[in-house]
Amino acid sequence: MNAEKHPPVSLGTYLMVWLALLALTALTIAVASMHFGAWSVLAAIVIATIKGTLVLLYFMHLRYEDRMFRIMLLLTLFTLAVIMLLTFVDVLLR
Amino acid sequence: MSTPTHEYHPDSTGSKIGMWLFLFTELLLFGGMFLLYAVYRVKNPADFHYASLNLDTKTGAINTAILLTSSLTMVLSIGMLERRHRKASLWFLIITIGFGVWFLVNKYLEWSHKIHHGIYPGSEELTGRTAGENLFYSLYFLMTGLHGIHVVAGMVVLGVMVWMIGKPHHRVLPVTTLPVDAQAHAVSVTVEYSEDAKLDQQKLIRLENAGLYWHLVDVIWIFLFPLFYLIS
Amino acid sequence: MTTTEPSYLENQSHRKGLASWIFSTDHKRIGVLYLISILIFFSVGVLIGVVMRLKMLWPGTHLYSAAAYNAFFTVHGVIQIFLFIIPGIPAAFGNFILPLQIGAKDVAFPRLNLLSWWVYVIGALLALTALFSGNGPPDTGWSFYVPYSLRTNTNVTLAVFAAFILGFSSILTGLNFITTIHRMRCPGMSWFRMPLFTWSLYATAWIQILATPILAVTLIMVMAERILNLGLFDPGRGGDPLLYQHLFWIYSHPAVYIMILPAMGVVSDVIPAFCRKNIYGYKAIAFSSLAIAFVGYLVWAHHMFTSGMSNTARMVFSLLTFLVAIPSGVKVFNWIATMYKASIKIEPPMLFAMTFLFLFAIGGLTGLLNGALATDINVHETYYVVGHFHYTMFGGTGMGFFAALLYWFPKMTGKMYNKRTIVVAWAHIFVGFNLLYFTMMIMGWLGMPRRYYSYPPQYHTYHVVATVGSWILATGVFMFLGAFLVALKKGTKVAANPWDATTLEWKTASPPPTENFQTIPTVTGGPYEFKDGHPA
Ligand code: HEM
Repeated sequence: MNAEKHPPVSLGTYLMVWLALLALTALTIAVASMHFGAWSVLAAIVIATIKGTLVLLYFMHLRYEDRMFRIMLLLTLFTLAVIMLLTFVDVLLR
Repeated sequence: MSTPTHEYHPDSTGSKIGMWLFLFTELLLFGGMFLLYAVYRVKNPADFHYASLNLDTKTGAINTAILLTSSLTMVLSIGMLERRHRKASLWFLIITIGFGVWFLVNKYLEWSHKIHHGIYPGSEELTGRTAGENLFYSLYFLMTGLHGIHVVAGMVVLGVMVWMIGKPHHRVLPVTTLPVDAQAHAVSVTVEYSEDAKLDQQKLIRLENAGLYWHLVDVIWIFLFPLFYLIS
Repeated sequence: MTTTEPSYLENQSHRKGLASWIFSTDHKRIGVLYLISILIFFSVGVLIGVVMRLKMLWPGTHLYSAAAYNAFFTVHGVIQIFLFIIPGIPAAFGNFILPLQIGAKDVAFPRLNLLSWWVYVIGALLALTALFSGNGPPDTGWSFYVPYSLRTNTNVTLAVFAAFILGFSSILTGLNFITTIHRMRCPGMSWFRMPLFTWSLYATAWIQILATPILAVTLIMVMAERILNLGLFDPGRGGDPLLYQHLFWIYSHPAVYIMILPAMGVVSDVIPAFCRKNIYGYKAIAFSSLAIAFVGYLVWAHHMFTSGMSNTARMVFSLLTFLVAIPSGVKVFNWIATMYKASIKIEPPMLFAMTFLFLFAIGGLTGLLNGALATDINVHETYYVVGHFHYTMFGGTGMGFFAALLYWFPKMTGKMYNKRTIVVAWAHIFVGFNLLYFTMMIMGWLGMPRRYYSYPPQYHTYHVVATVGSWILATGVFMFLGAFLVALKKGTKVAANPWDATTLEWKTASPPPTENFQTIPTVTGGPYEFKDGHPA
C-alpha cells in the first residue's frame, strides 16, 4: 500500500487520451446514425464504457494507484450489476 | 480547528481513499436512476426511440466534447501544480470552470427550448403522448437535472481551489496550534519552513481530489449522452 | 497505568462548556455526543410505542384519532430506524472505540466526523419539524410507499428530506471508518489482529457506502414526484410503482445488516472477555461479517412477496434469503463454541450479550417463516411481522447496544454503574419484551393486521397482554437508562481495565487521554489472548 507517490504522468499522455475520447465520441455518433437496430444500443454502451474506462484509468489515475483502488471500484460496479440483474428477474419475467 | 492536537501530517493515500469512497456513493446514486432507465427502456423500446429523436444530437455532442475537454484542462491543472507551476495551474483551473459554465449554458438553452414547446413533466402536451415518451422525458429532466446540479457543485469546489491556490501561503501558524510537546521547543523559523512544505502538499492533495470529482461528473455524462441522445 | 495526561473529559481546547463538546473533533467526544442524542431519540421512540399500545387496550375509537395512530407508527418507525438503530452502535460506540481498538489517535477525517454529527442533528430536527408543520405529520409508515406517499397531503416531503439528510451522516461515518481502518492501524495491528468489533464495523461501513446512495436517490425521486409530478411511479403514465418498492428495499434490506452487524461485533468482543478465553473461529466470524454484508444485497425482494412481482423472482429471492442464514449461523455456533466449557462470568455486559443471543435466535428463526414464500403470504402485513422485527431489531441490535453501553461505559467515564439495578432492569426488560412481542406474533398468526387502529373483539385478550408487556418493558428500559445517569454522579471509580479484557482499548487509561495512548502502542498478538485467565 505504500506506492504513495508515482512520478507525474506526462502531459503528452493526457493529450493522447483526450484525442482518443473525442474520436470515440465521433465514432459513437457515426454508429448511431447507421441504424443497426438493437445492436446500436449495445455499441453505444460498449463505446461509453471504453470512454469511461479511459477517464478512470488515466485522468483519474487509477492505472497508477495501488491495486486496492481498482478492487474497490470493481466491488462497487459489481454491486450495481447484481442489483440490476436481480431487478430484471422480476421485471422481465412478470 | 478546535482541537489542534488532532492535526496530522497529510496522508495522501488516506484522503484519496476517502474521496473514492465518496465517488462510489455518487456512482450508486446515479446507478439507481440508470436502473429505472433500463427497466423503462426495456418495457417501451419504440416510444423511447421515438422520443429520443426529438433531442438535438448536436447539442449533446457539443456538450460531450466540452466536458471531455474540461477534464483535460483539469488534469493539466493538476500536472502543473505537481511541477510547481502555480500560475499555469491556476489558469487551467479557471478554463475548466469556464467549460463548466459553457456546458450549463447549453443545457439551459436546451431545456428552455423543450419547456417552450410544452415538454416538461406533467405538461398537457406530454400527457397527451404515449406512456413511454412521458417516462423518457421525466427521466431526461431528472437525470440531466441532477447531473447539472453536480456540475454546479463541481464548479463551486473548483472555485474554492482557485482561491486556495491563488492565495500565497506564507501563513505563519501561531505556535499554539502545534502539539503541546512541540510548543515547548518551537523555533519559529523551522516551524514556518516545514509548515510551508506541508501546505504545498496539502494543496496538491485537495486539487487532486477536486479533480477526481470533476472527472466523475464527466464519466456520468459519458453514459447519459448515448442513452438519451443516440438511441434513436 | 499511571495517568499523567489529562483525560479527554477535561477540556483542553480554547472553547468553553458546551461549545467544547459540540465543536470538538475528538472522536471520543463525538462518540459521546452521538450516544446522548441517540439515547434521547430512543427514549422518545419508546414513549411513542407505549402510547400506541395504550390505545390498543380497547378496540374502537378512544384516546386519540385513527389519523393520530397513523402518525404515531410512522414517527415511531422513522425515529427508531433512522435516529436510533441505524446510527446506534457505529456512530456512538464505533466512533469512541474503533480508533482505540486499532491504536489510532483519532479517525482519518476528524472534521468530517464532527460534520456527520451535525448533519445527524439537523436531519433529526427536520424530522421533528415535519411532525409539527405543514398539513400534519406524515402518515405513510416509515417505508413511504408510493402511490400513497405521493397522494397524501401530510408533510411527507419534509420527512423524506430529513431521511435523505440522515443518509449523508451515515455515509460520512462509513467513509471515515473504512479509511481509518485502512490507514491508521498502529504498528503490528495486522488485519487479523483487529478485534471483531472493528471487523464488524468495517463490513458495516461498506454497506453504508454502497447502499445508502440508493436510499438517497429513492427519496430524491419521492420529493421530485411530489414537487414536479414526474409520473415515474404512476401506472396511469406508464410508471411502475413496484420499482419504488424495489429501490426502497435495495437500500433497506442491506440496512438491516447495518443494524445487526455492529451488534454482532459487540457480542463477539464481549463473549471472550467474560469467558476468559480466546474466541473460537476468529477468522470465520470476521469473514462471515463480510459474507453477510454481501449476501444482504441479494435478498431485498423478500419484503415484496405479496406485491405482485414475477413468480420467478419470488422463488429466486426466497431461495437466496435462506443463504443469509449460513453466515449468521456460523457466528452463532462460534459464539456458543467459545462459551462451551468456559468459566463464564455473568457480569451485566455478558448478561445482555446472552439475551441478545436468545432474542435474536427467536427473531432469526421466526424470520425463516417470512423468508419462505409459502408461509410469508399468510403472515405478511400482520402483527407477526411486527413481532418478528422487534425481536431482531430491538432484541438483537437493541440488546447489543445495551451490552455495548454496559461494556464500555467504564471506559468512557471511568465509573461503574450499580450492577444490581441493572440486573433488576434486565428482568423487567426480559419479561416485558417477551410478553409484548411474542403476543404480537401470536396475534399476527391469528390474522391481526399491522398498522390498524382498531380490531375485532376476539383479539382483545392478546392486546391487553401485549400492552401490559409494554409497560413492564418500558419500566425496565428507563430503569436501565436511569442507572447510567446515577452512575455519572455517584458511580464508583474504576481502574483502567475493570473487566480484565484483552483488546487494545483497555490498555489505556479509563477515561482515555485526548491522544488516546501516551505512546503509540505496538501490537504483538491476537486480540483475545488469555493466559491463566488473564490477558496474555
Ligand atoms: C418499548 C418499546 C417499543 C414499543 C412499545 C413498540 C411498539 C410498537 C408498536 C405498537 C408498533 C405499531 C404496530 C402496528 O400498529 O403496526 C411498532 C412499530 C414499529 N416499531 Fe416499535 N416498539 C418499541 C420499540 C421499538 C424499537 C427499539 C424499534 C427499533 C429498533 C422499533 C421499531 C419499530 C418499527 C420499524 C415499526 C414499524 C412502523 C411502521 O409500521 O411503519 N420499535 N412498535
